[in-house]
Amino acid sequence: MLDDFMMRALLAGLAVALATGPLGCFVVWRRMAYFGDATSHAAILGVALALGFQISIFVGTLVVALLMAMIVSVMAGRGWAMDTTLGVLAHSALAFGLVAVSFLPAVRVDLTAYLFGDILAVSRMDLAIIVAGSALVLGLILWRWSALLTATLNEDLAHASGLSPARERMVLTLSLAVVVAVALKIVGALLIAAMLIVPAAAARNLARTPEVMALCAVAIGGFSVWGGLQLSLWQDTPSGPSIVVVAALIFSLFTFAAALVQKRPGR
Amino acid sequence: MTLIQASGVCVHYGGRRALFDIDFSIAKGEIVTIVGPNGSGKTTMLRALLGVVAPSRGSVTRKAGLQVGYVPQHLHIDPGLPLPVRRFLSLPTRRSAAQIAAVLDRVGVPDVAAQNMTTLSGGQFQRVLLARALLMQPDILMLDEPTAGLDQPGVASFYRLIEDVRRDTGCAVLSVSHDLHVVMSASDRVVCINGHICCEGTPNVVRAAPEYRALFGMGTGGALALFQHQHDHDHEHEHHKEDAPHAG
Repeated sequence: MLDDFMMRALLAGLAVALATGPLGCFVVWRRMAYFGDATSHAAILGVALALGFQISIFVGTLVVALLMAMIVSVMAGRGWAMDTTLGVLAHSALAFGLVAVSFLPAVRVDLTAYLFGDILAVSRMDLAIIVAGSALVLGLILWRWSALLTATLNEDLAHASGLSPARERMVLTLSLAVVVAVALKIVGALLIAAMLIVPAAAARNLARTPEVMALCAVAIGGFSVWGGLQLSLWQDTPSGPSIVVVAALIFSLFTFAAALVQKRPGR
Repeated sequence: MTLIQASGVCVHYGGRRALFDIDFSIAKGEIVTIVGPNGSGKTTMLRALLGVVAPSRGSVTRKAGLQVGYVPQHLHIDPGLPLPVRRFLSLPTRRSAAQIAAVLDRVGVPDVAAQNMTTLSGGQFQRVLLARALLMQPDILMLDEPTAGLDQPGVASFYRLIEDVRRDTGCAVLSVSHDLHVVMSASDRVVCINGHICCEGTPNVVRAAPEYRALFGMGTGGALALFQHQHDHDHEHEHHKEDAPHAG
């Protein structure tokens, strides 16, 4: 079954959707969209370093994404103006990464695979790593779910309830770095943040509780992976952007439908 | 029995000294209100007592296993987060439907369990926050400007509710208010701070000012009292502590 590249691609995409669904909800609830951008754009720098030092791409992106996530986390804790700072970091990380990659002439051709993903080229080994990473993130979030949700609402409230907001922040930071490392192959560095935010934002229209929203985000993410793969296969479109296009269409559809439903009782 | 004790506490925020020389304690079942103008360090003091901010000098000790029911000043809920009241009350510990119904009944909003938090009125919201604090079975309730944004009858009935809760559960109540004129009449002690503790004592009950009582209306059932204090002294003499009648 795993000999079929389509099957491997689908399984890898679904595994990532399982992790990005709930994590994406926290990104939306905590307004960490730019945080996700900064971390995922830093992945390109990780790719450059990994290729330069001949180490695994997963390890390279994980380390750099983790470093970036930690830097941003610490700066947020110190009360920096986050919108601007994150904007600077996100785009600088991308620019530095692109310049660093250009020093490695042999891989210049392959850069699009890292920027936009290359889900159809997922190997058995890649699949194993992607599934393991996604399972780790999903497990971490499920385990800390209640604490994460409390800390997301109000850190002082979490503290008074005997939780450590700093620890919960670290859980999210770590999860984000792992997701960036495993999703790079699926949607590419430029669109990882979209994979986090778009399904969660679409799910908001359907859900009345945080748990249902996370489940819907997983379902929408999973469907987008499937739909994007079909689009990519039959129309020969780039796979990562195709997945995000499907997610964006679902978002528009649900948002439009929700607006219609809300309007009706008023008339 | 002392629940929380602060000795010589100083807190710095980004180089600025927010609080200094705070000696404070609160005992089991006591009702204490901290008052002070905006920026006087009230919230910082509450957060230091809560253990959220570490003092740069001095120490805060809390009774081992102290259960705190905390009601924050602001609870911004992102519109992207769908959160029904009953789910909010189960954070971080799962509560049964019966527990939730009972506590909502207790705080006087029995019908909001299924409602989204963002659709509640200001008064309902404060009561739901209080309900969550009560579910912690607290030794002490810590309320940061719990009545901000409520109208005066709302303030009065909220404070009356707090008094009832204290009577029923015996928990201590530590609240913060920026309004020097409105504090709970049931307060055993009012602590006035402006960076440091300016003075403390029993609230100066309304007898001298019937016109204020008229202002709040008899409908408040005497839940509001006046505490008159002027911030007219300078801080050259930082270690001076005004002598005020102390209710022990």
